[in-house]
Amino acid sequence: MLDKPNKPEKQKFNVVGTSPLRPDGVDKVTGRARFGADMVAPGMLVGKILRSPHAHARIRSIDVSKAEALSGVKAVVTKDDFNADAEDQDVLYNIMAREKALYDGHAVAAVAAISQSVARRALALIEVDYEVLPHVTDVDEAMKPDAPVLHDHIFTEGVEPKPTKPSNIAQRYEFGHGDVEEGFSEADVIVERNFKTAATHQGYIEPHACLANIANDGSGELWCCTQGHYMVRNTCASLLGIDVSRLRVTASEIGGGFGGKTTVFIEPVAAALSRKAGRPVKVVMSRNEVFRASGPTSSTSSRIKIGAKKDGTITAAESELNYQGGAFAGAPADLGAMCSFACYVLKNVRTIGYDVVTNRPKQAAYRAPGAPMAAFSVESVVEELAGKIGMDPIEFRIKNAAREGEKSSYGPKFRQVGLVETLEEAKAHPHYSAPLGPNQGRGVSCGFWFNFGGQTSTSLSINIDGTVALAVGTPDIGGSRASMCLMAAEELGIGYEQVRAIIADTSSLGYNDVTDGSRVTFASGKATIMAARDSIGKLCERAAKMWDISPDAVVWEEGHAKPAGANAGEFEPLSLAEIAASAESTGGPIAGHHEVNASGAGTSFATHIVDSEVDPETGRVQVTRYTVIQDAGKAVHPAYVEGQFQGGAAQGIGWAINEEYIYGEDGRLQNAGFLDYRIPVASDLPMIDTKIVEVPNLGHPYGVRGVGETSIVPPLAAIANSVSAAAGVRLTELPMSPPRVLKAIDENK
Amino acid sequence: MVKVMLWGSLKPAAEGKAEIHVEASNVKQMLDAIGKAHPGLAPVLERGVSVAIDGQMHRVAGYEPLREDSEVYIFPRLEGG
Amino acid sequence: MHQVHVSTKINGDEIEYLCETDETLLDVLRDKLGLTGAKEGCGSGDCGACSVMLDGRLVCSCLVLGAEAQDREVETIEGMADGENLHPLQSKFLEHAALQCGICTPGVLIATKALLEKNPDPTETEVRYWLAGNLCRCTGYDKIIRAVMDTAADMRGA
Repeated sequence: MLDKPNKPEKQKFNVVGTSPLRPDGVDKVTGRARFGADMVAPGMLVGKILRSPHAHARIRSIDVSKAEALSGVKAVVTKDDFNADAEDQDVLYNIMAREKALYDGHAVAAVAAISQSVARRALALIEVDYEVLPHVTDVDEAMKPDAPVLHDHIFTEGVEPKPTKPSNIAQRYEFGHGDVEEGFSEADVIVERNFKTAATHQGYIEPHACLANIANDGSGELWCCTQGHYMVRNTCASLLGIDVSRLRVTASEIGGGFGGKTTVFIEPVAAALSRKAGRPVKVVMSRNEVFRASGPTSSTSSRIKIGAKKDGTITAAESELNYQGGAFAGAPADLGAMCSFACYVLKNVRTIGYDVVTNRPKQAAYRAPGAPMAAFSVESVVEELAGKIGMDPIEFRIKNAAREGEKSSYGPKFRQVGLVETLEEAKAHPHYSAPLGPNQGRGVSCGFWFNFGGQTSTSLSINIDGTVALAVGTPDIGGSRASMCLMAAEELGIGYEQVRAIIADTSSLGYNDVTDGSRVTFASGKATIMAARDSIGKLCERAAKMWDISPDAVVWEEGHAKPAGANAGEFEPLSLAEIAASAESTGGPIAGHHEVNASGAGTSFATHIVDSEVDPETGRVQVTRYTVIQDAGKAVHPAYVEGQFQGGAAQGIGWAINEEYIYGEDGRLQNAGFLDYRIPVASDLPMIDTKIVEVPNLGHPYGVRGVGETSIVPPLAAIANSVSAAAGVRLTELPMSPPRVLKAIDENK
Repeated sequence: MVKVMLWGSLKPAAEGKAEIHVEASNVKQMLDAIGKAHPGLAPVLERGVSVAIDGQMHRVAGYEPLREDSEVYIFPRLEGG
Repeated sequence: MHQVHVSTKINGDEIEYLCETDETLLDVLRDKLGLTGAKEGCGSGDCGACSVMLDGRLVCSCLVLGAEAQDREVETIEGMADGENLHPLQSKFLEHAALQCGICTPGVLIATKALLEKNPDPTETEVRYWLAGNLCRCTGYDKIIRAVMDTAADMRGA
């Protein structure tokens, strides 16, 4: 029962599909672009945050009197300076500890002072009386019945009967259909394995930064780097107990987010300090704070079981996935469980996810949250199973692949999807048949992500000279302003250079959801197209007025208003610039708007091929060749689509072989810096080849699918498969750092 | 009747049923109807759910129209990066 | 607080400032002189976002004290373009879409310019190792490397 036109509304393009220079480009290569930490205000103070050195401790008391008495200190805040009735109690607790400090790095107090050095000295004068409690940072340990319990209000949901005792398991999720037991009984071969993945960090190079300027009447402004300034406004208003209309938030240029800037950390603290001091306050996180106290990913443990017939048909699949998400509930166990088998059409499938709290910072989204870990374990077993059956791993995947009209593993039927197309491209790609050197192995993996739409408001103004000012409300984290300009220019039939896009502040445009879920090119793009169409309607009305004919008799073609046909009359076409020039005399300014809760986002699939070389002496892994093949629906700005593919792959390489949150016995993070938490550097990586597949998403006028997140889903498994092939032993734990790889090789000898 | 499919963990709250049939012409009516029929589901529904209507995912759906023969899946609220 | 008086040259201009003895050159550039093109990504010399040239040598300005700039010459990203004309590297980075968020871009550009002055014909491997001190989390480096190689070829031809 799918409504389906077969083709997107528009298939022939003038500018969409080209890769022009981005509108914010010059600012970014000259140092002019203003990021979170680059803004100043007259009379500005420096804000700094005191953080718990303990993984788990009751806060008996906080004495700030000595800090307050220090010359140059203008404000000190603790939990009491925030609205205890705030809507999101977990966020309230996360931004400033209340009864307990729940992780190493949890904020407990903050100061605003006239300089860095005064602020630092003031922090040292704050006396916190901690009662240190037993802690737990490992997901499996936290699930044990005798584990230290973080919250006495968490009783596992999703289980029957309802537990009578609190635990660290916040929620159990289950998805699936069919009868897995029966399915396994039909299988000729079954592979079952356990896996672990370490927590990683998004690793954006720009630390969180915020300049808050709250006036004495409680109204004010925030300047910050965020993926969603409307979210910042609404959340801060709630945490401070003020009206939303009192806050105006401007999103600065953002130096990377990847999901990590979809919530608040320092923004409400800066605002509370500013309110108390009566002066602007800038808070900038150090890298150490970013690692300890922003939102890394979940670490996970999992068990996967898949059975197949000799002909390659999967008969049953089962996953059990445990996600620790730090000190508060909300780890993406549900998404992991939904995504785990989404690449395959399965008659019998059951996926279970557990959302577990531990004494670590509350996890935040990271590019397709929850999906990469699930894909790692599932796609590792898929590759192994294909090998056991003696089938080519791509053929095995094609045989079972998700297709239009088939029931997905999480339930609904798929609409138009491009998984098979990416697999066919992979099979035909020269990379797949290239010879391998000694100690090298090749791996393949597929990946899936939902992609979102969401609330979007866009405004487009026709300027007096026929150029166009486009205002969108979704922060640009990877070149989306260029894509928006392309889509507006396409609709209006004008040149790309004639459109300039900005990210408007929260008071200038209606509400916009956060830049997340790969939604911007889809949803803001859709709203931009609709706003352009709205303005075209008005441009046609103006032309009709100038010609004294009915607006219905005017059409818009190639950037001009034209009479609809011979009956409409004989008139020379009017260009956008000509209509704009006479706007004052035809009715005033011309602008188009669109507000929507965008639906129709198209899911996206990818297939990655990786070659790795393993040094058998040291266990060191070098990725030697990498190819990303992904369905983009329609690539609006192909160079930035490729950039998303390459960036996701590179982050996946880091996750697979280097990156890891390491906690000591004391529950403290041991590697809170880029030296010890090593993200890939230029010399670690090969070129990353890309192939854009375009299977249109019919939910978008041009067929666009989001592309930002899917690219990080396949790498973990693709690399694990290549390393396992190279090392001759199955690697089941990430990261595949030299000691782990060496241990696996040695144990296999 | 609209066919409503629950994600697995909701089954206990719906007396073991994974599939519920209700009369509804939009998502709001559907959620109200199943919450009324199975009070155990109400707290989950109030926290917010995402739905897939005939294969199309909606992160938040309020008054999205449903057809007589629509197939709707209810999911935990989706969040992205 | 005792402050040090420093006379230096920044992007060709004679500059004087007062700074605290523990203040980094990066803090001076950003907070005292308004030259916010250099970014602080780590404060420990690991990310390269604060790269500047000090007497012709590539340094992380977060590891240099403001006081150390006395009688020396500092070049920052703000001095890279010649008026309205971009440096060839800046143009090529735009053409190749070699930036996404752009936070690492000033540091990468400064480091790359230093490389090409030293070695106008680097191999891909040489570029990758030279830039190993400049972290980029968005691009996977692919388009950055291509932009650098292309600029080097152009500049050799020019």
